[in-house]
Amino acid sequence: MTEDHHVILRVVAKLLIPLITLYAFYVHFHGEYSPGGGFQAGVIFAVAIILYSLIFGVPAALRAVPPVFARCLAAFGVLLYAGVGVAALLGGGNYLDYDALANDGPGEHVGQHLGIILIELGVLFGVAGSMLAIFYAFAGRVAEIRDEDW
Amino acid sequence: MNEAEVASIGLALINIFLLGILFVVGVAIARLRSLFAIVMLSGVYSLVSATWFVALDAVDVAFTEAAVGAGISTALMLGAMLLTARTAKATPKGSTLAPFVVVIATGIMLIYATFDLPALGDPNAPANAYVGAEYIERTYADTGLPNIVTAVLASYRGFDTLGEVVVVFAAGLGVALLLGFGERSLAVSLNKRDDQ
Amino acid sequence: MTEFIIERANYWAIIALMMVGLYIIFASQNLIKRLVGLSIFQTSVFLFYITLSKIAGGSAPILYGRDYPKSYGDDHSAAPGYDAVLAAGEVGVKEVYSNPLPHVLILTAIVVGVSTLAVGLALVVRIRESYGTIEADEVRDIDMGVAAAEEDEDAAQRASA
Repeated sequence: MTEDHHVILRVVAKLLIPLITLYAFYVHFHGEYSPGGGFQAGVIFAVAIILYSLIFGVPAALRAVPPVFARCLAAFGVLLYAGVGVAALLGGGNYLDYDALANDGPGEHVGQHLGIILIELGVLFGVAGSMLAIFYAFAGRVAEIRDEDW
Repeated sequence: MNEAEVASIGLALINIFLLGILFVVGVAIARLRSLFAIVMLSGVYSLVSATWFVALDAVDVAFTEAAVGAGISTALMLGAMLLTARTAKATPKGSTLAPFVVVIATGIMLIYATFDLPALGDPNAPANAYVGAEYIERTYADTGLPNIVTAVLASYRGFDTLGEVVVVFAAGLGVALLLGFGERSLAVSLNKRDDQ
Repeated sequence: MTEFIIERANYWAIIALMMVGLYIIFASQNLIKRLVGLSIFQTSVFLFYITLSKIAGGSAPILYGRDYPKSYGDDHSAAPGYDAVLAAGEVGVKEVYSNPLPHVLILTAIVVGVSTLAVGLALVVRIRESYGTIEADEVRDIDMGVAAAEEDEDAAQRASA
């Protein structure tokens, strides 16, 4: 039941999971130029770990990415987003006014680019952490239904 | 027949095809009793609607719907189904009449309301004429980003998006409060399995 | 008449999908099936919003071609800024784009939708653990049974006192 079955699934998953994670970051950093952004990247990042836990079992996933990491990731994401707003306040602008993040000349958009990448990173962490925490909450429950009921 | 007419007929054909698939899937969900099939078909429904979003130029929305609606929602619903039941109880005969009447009446009222809506693709519709057009014109000069959706989401409406992230965080917290964080219940289930 | 129908057929199809979702919510007693119906209804609302944002002949709202000049340099240090553009009277885009604003609203709504779905599923799991069923009418019957039993107990205590 354990080693003989699902060999192809395990090998393919080992190949795919790093690529999915990499793709999540591509979607995030390329979100300004093509479809994508923090929300999608966060969900894809969470899906990579969910795929791991579906194929290698939830205990293995819990060892690789502990739930406390998911929780802290979610909280850190929200704090990062809010922190960018505070940084803009300290820079002399309004809350979440990214132009205040950098000393832009007229027409320059360094602050905008920096601010958007940072808050999208906050969205990525927040969404990925929350989705992982939700998945772990469901996966960690004891299933009362036997396999024969299928 | 000029190029624009061909394009509009092509779009109409795509619309009919995809909406037809969506309707068939929806009716199948309404009639089925196996929860596994229902959950899987809801994933199919999300994926087909994502395809339709692409046909309507909403590429960012399509991406999100494919990742969130077809991916995460299906996984969560399967997880919840594993913890609850496999089949839905059959609805007794005759109890479907009242919902059917209510639904038909609501549908007729909504269709009556669409007579006043602007036509599909009308560039002068009130929804498209004012603030949306303003965003399209301003975005590149203001932010230097080509993707207007990202610019509006992250920069113009950044405060809004902060609220959304907090909502997602609160949902994660709420599920954890209802079901536990996962470690302890998993340890209990593993111990129980070892005892057997 | 045909033109009128073709221009609005999309709305009617979306309303039909909405009504399928509503019917599932009303007719089904199974809580998970109800949540699926709710998400079908929700997706139909998304489709309606996106339909309204479509502009005939437009493309996805990502600037391209003449609207996205590379001549501003990699760091956009040569970009004039909107005020300068306004002063030069060069306002306006040259290609046609669909309306981006509904896309933004729906993008965030999808993510919030999955969050509420997760909370709803968690509640269903707890209901299953407490009542042993996820059929709404059976849950109601159990509640009524418990309430009636408590009522009887109270009446018995009052009679003995």
